[in-house]
Amino acid sequence: MSPLKIKKGSTSHSAYDLRPTFSDKEERHTLAVLVENEPGVLSRVIGLFAGRGYNIDSLTVAEVDHLGHRSRITIVTSGTPQIIVQIKAQLGRIVDVHEVNDLTVEGPSVERELALFKVTGTGNDRIEAIRLADIFRASVVDSTLESFVFEITGTPEKIDAFAELMRPLGLEEIARTGVAALSRGAVA
Amino acid sequence: MTKAMTGAKMVVQALIDQGVDTVFGYPGGAVLPIYDEIFQQNSIKHVLVRHEQGAVHAAEGYARSTGKPGVALVTSGPGATNAVTGLTDALMDSIPIVVLTGQVPTFMIGSDAFQECDTVGITRPCTKHNWLVKETDKLSSVLHEAFHIATSGRPGPVVIDIPKDVQFATGEYTEARQVETHYNPQVKGDMAIITELAIAMETAKRPLFYTGGGVINSGPAASQLLRELVAATGFPITSTLMGLGCYPASGENWLGMLGMHGLYEANMAMHDCDLMINIGARFDDRITGRLDAFSPGSTKAHIDIDASSINKVIKVDIPILGDVAHVLEDLLNVWKSRGRKTDKESVQKWWHEINDWRKVDCLKFEQKGKVIKPQYALSRLEELTKKHDRYICTEVGQHQMWAAQYLGFEDPNRWMTSGGLGTMGYGFPASIGVQMGHPDALVINVAGEASWLMNMQELGTAMQYNLPVKQFILNNERLGMVRQWQELLHGERYSSSWSESLPDFVKLAEAFGAKGIICSDPADLDDAIMEMLNHDGPVLFDCLVEKHENCFPMIPSGKPHNEMLLGENADTANAIQAGGAVMV
Ligand SMILES: Cc1ncc(C[n+]2csc(CCOP(=O)(O)OP(=O)(O)O)c2C)c(N)n1
Ligand SMILES: [Mg+2]
Repeated sequence: MSPLKIKKGSTSHSAYDLRPTFSDKEERHTLAVLVENEPGVLSRVIGLFAGRGYNIDSLTVAEVDHLGHRSRITIVTSGTPQIIVQIKAQLGRIVDVHEVNDLTVEGPSVERELALFKVTGTGNDRIEAIRLADIFRASVVDSTLESFVFEITGTPEKIDAFAELMRPLGLEEIARTGVAALSRGAVA
Repeated sequence: MTKAMTGAKMVVQALIDQGVDTVFGYPGGAVLPIYDEIFQQNSIKHVLVRHEQGAVHAAEGYARSTGKPGVALVTSGPGATNAVTGLTDALMDSIPIVVLTGQVPTFMIGSDAFQECDTVGITRPCTKHNWLVKETDKLSSVLHEAFHIATSGRPGPVVIDIPKDVQFATGEYTEARQVETHYNPQVKGDMAIITELAIAMETAKRPLFYTGGGVINSGPAASQLLRELVAATGFPITSTLMGLGCYPASGENWLGMLGMHGLYEANMAMHDCDLMINIGARFDDRITGRLDAFSPGSTKAHIDIDASSINKVIKVDIPILGDVAHVLEDLLNVWKSRGRKTDKESVQKWWHEINDWRKVDCLKFEQKGKVIKPQYALSRLEELTKKHDRYICTEVGQHQMWAAQYLGFEDPNRWMTSGGLGTMGYGFPASIGVQMGHPDALVINVAGEASWLMNMQELGTAMQYNLPVKQFILNNERLGMVRQWQELLHGERYSSSWSESLPDFVKLAEAFGAKGIICSDPADLDDAIMEMLNHDGPVLFDCLVEKHENCFPMIPSGKPHNEMLLGENADTANAIQAGGAVMV
């Protein structure tokens, strides 16, 4: 006799059609996660992202309060709004996590990243590299007759742009720290 | 005041201070100092299991049936890795257990020492929290915090890994009340949203309570308040596998279990309700079926203590973060103070609809002929044991679903089953844990022959501690649930789903010194069950049942609730299509 007929009056519409929905557009969010500075805490956070299939675009971690035993993990992640909410809830569930702040939605914030660039070359390329470095306010932290190491800070986009310019000029190697971020204004 | 003692002694002291009376464990080199301390005291009973997986499941059974945390103690390396299945099981079902593992001495960690493994690394994703304690001075505070974390918020398993030198060394013992913790999950719900739910209840025309394991984890008060709420509103109530017993099966408003093998009326009500009140359940895939067709016309409220459960798979309209008992208390108060209103007329109509679904009588079966139907076996077991002070455990498979369908649970904490992980081998050790917590109660494990064999070594434990657990095996000589899926989904190609070379269960029981009973004739069944009940000791009951019985009702994977397969004549040929076949 079964499969049963769909009952009169019941609807076969998608559950999601009937109510306001989360959009399925991917968004990029910067999360500041304040954690207990314990062994294994970074592993818990990374394991969560790996285990549940979330993206990590950038991740930085360092102790920020020695006496209070606190480290700050800054994670740049991307996903649909529903996934972002899940990520925050899942992070909040980790026993060693004290606070999860979504800097992308909790008001304006500043983001900075530091990068080191090794660029090799002679002649015009070398001159062009140092001229562009000047424009980007990158400083030279090491130099030989055929190479520079530039240090640059800025938003990830600025560092991306600098990398694009350096590529044809003999870019050998990049080291980036990942994003550090804080909310703007007086309140923490 | 602090006291100096060895780490091993601290372990025992902390367990005593936490009110632990029973530890399930298995010794080995890395926990010998702790075993030495256990030997020299009388406050804590140690139950020697026969495999560490058994220790963890026993601790789970103890925890779930008593409402207190369960404790297991295992050695390093293989002891710890054997505990992993139980930990994962407890994590999935939110069972509070504290598992202590021995570890090689701190100065050998990382050297691939004998019986070394990265226990905290291995168990990180399958515990709520874990610790490797490298200083004896910190051990007691970690032990106290471990109990706090395992039992508060959404409960779960925790692991404390204790290197052997930390057990030998002397340190300062910290009392529980001196330990500071920042872990303090919110238990009170937001009054504004609770009021929103109360208002929704006043106007709902087709309301439904959908309850889960969270009600039971919240404690007996939650079940009490739930019963009060159901009685006062007159709304129908269904429950997940994990929530059985939070509302009595004999209660007027009870629709039975919902989900993949849930009752027709429960699933139809889920599909057609206009207000779904989820209390401590998590929209698991066994419940929702096809997501985009899940209860399409309802406003959904969700009470949960875990923020990550809310809006995880189903978007809800009224999300309430908090402990079930706290929220229900506030909800009842708000609803009462607003005048105890419901749309009685519409709810009455809703009941008429539900009663029509009930008439389908989806659990009906016919016991004819000389072969015992599993449904019949469980109906008789129910009839002959329901008046007892009874606890039921199960293994995993068809028998588990039949037990959920045909046995009635009147109270919380009476039903121990592996829901989230679906762990074959869970039930027997769990029944040992339950019996330790309730020495005078009737403890029955409804088992399949294949599942039961997965932890059959625990018959030794049952004998050693004289635990009269009744192992009621529905023996279909098949991995029945696998066979059923192969029939529905893989063209009746029964690849490796026979239980071949089965032991003679009566002789097996006798080999351990236990009692074995075999029954194959429906006419003998009652007497055989009575013989099992009257025997004071462990019994292995080999109930030979119909080999090809399928478990219905069934919502095939990838189907919505209102496309359920019912009973014998179900047209199962094309029940599961390609899209659903990929799901489990
Ligand atoms: C540890 C483990 N391995 C495999 C499975 C997959 N599985 C689910 S039910 C089942 C068959 C169980 O057979 P039995 O215990 O005899 O119960 P029946 O379904 O026959 O009642 C299997 C193999 C599982 N759930 N757990
Ligand atoms: Mg079987």
